[in-house]
Amino acid sequence: MAKVKGEIVVNTERCKGCQLCVPVCKENVIAMSENLNGKGYHFAQSVNDECNGCINCALVCPDGAITVYRVKLNESLKAAS
Amino acid sequence: MPDTITREEICQPENMIYCRTPLLTDAPLSYCPGCGHGTAHRLIMEVIEEMNLQADTIGVAPVGCSVLAYDFLDIDMQQAAHGRAPAVATGIKRLMPDKFVFTYQGDGDLAAIGTGETIHACNRGENITIFFVNNGIYGMTGGQMAPTTLPNMKTATSPFGRDVQTMGYPLKITELIAMLPGTYFVSRQSVHTPANVRKAKKAIEKAISYQKLNKGLSFVEIVSNCNSGWKMTPLESNKWMEENMFSFFPLGDIKVPK
Ligand SMILES: Cc1ncc(C[n+]2csc(CCOP(=O)(O)OP(=O)(O)O)c2C)c(N)n1
Ligand code: SF4
Ligand code: SF4
Ligand code: SF4
Ligand SMILES: [Mg+2]
Repeated sequence: MAKVKGEIVVNTERCKGCQLCVPVCKENVIAMSENLNGKGYHFAQSVNDECNGCINCALVCPDGAITVYRVKLNESLKAAS
Repeated sequence: MPDTITREEICQPENMIYCRTPLLTDAPLSYCPGCGHGTAHRLIMEVIEEMNLQADTIGVAPVGCSVLAYDFLDIDMQQAAHGRAPAVATGIKRLMPDKFVFTYQGDGDLAAIGTGETIHACNRGENITIFFVNNGIYGMTGGQMAPTTLPNMKTATSPFGRDVQTMGYPLKITELIAMLPGTYFVSRQSVHTPANVRKAKKAIEKAISYQKLNKGLSFVEIVSNCNSGWKMTPLESNKWMEENMFSFFPLGDIKVPK
């Protein structure tokens, strides 16, 4: 399994639903919500736990709506999984 | 198999590796969804943050969709009359030579009404930096043809496509100013893919650091989308840009210091 594990947090009110972050994610983590935010946009959301923290999505987001987190998994966690 | 680490455990401040720079204000950007102006703003402010220049920077906003840039960039800013940003920046830099002074301009602003100011500031070798967002159209006013509009490209004022016989050829103003002795560093970039964002940020870093050398004007063009003006979705507009804009406006450095 991967040595690093990432997660994204989308600022759903800042997101404008442009979808530019979706295809740049090679792990297919991001999909648009069926729900609307306060501006009326279908916002981006993380839909699985495959994120590796590559920050591609955050780099292309024009509205700076994505924050990325990453941890290195230590050996015991890797062994346990 | 149980999860070994939870989402909550990962999303802790100490694990954060990327977030929106605090040098952008909290104001929601006035740009259309997917518009490259937002990414261009972010990269400039990331570099200013990393170079610790927030207190020493003065930006000049144009007329165009980015007319409100002073609301979004948390630095000292002045807004200039349409096309006049290089003249305003000239005055600011000459009075305050220790400040980092830049303009941020669209193609209508820089390459149409402001062509004279652009060329002469470049030719004088003013020690300023120009960021030029070229989307081949007047975005703000409803998608009229710009000097940078491609041949056969449809706009509100060229509904059958730009006919070069009657409407002239698109202007490669970046190549033009690169020929002038007053420019020191000239580069053309884009911000539509992660790799291009990284390259554009490097060019912005160079443009900013070269200003300290007082050797002339540094100029970074960002070829960008105007999905509203082009009447496409954001993803379609980026694809169209790759397929049509880059052959006419090729990406890369155009003039680098010897
Ligand atoms: C003196 C003057 N002439 C014309 C206008 C109308 N006007 C506003 S924005 C604009 C063009 C903007 O296009 P561009 O610089 O390419 O910026 P974009 O919106 O595409 O980013 C024009 C012609 C104006 N505001 N002032
Ligand atoms: S950081 Fe990378 S892997 Fe994670 S969601 Fe964004 S693009 Fe996908
Ligand atoms: S790129 Fe940003 S604004 Fe666009 S959908 Fe993704 S998170 Fe939302
Ligand atoms: S009109 Fe075009 S340039 Fe202006 S904000 Fe919308 S997409 Fe961007
Ligand atoms: Mg324009």
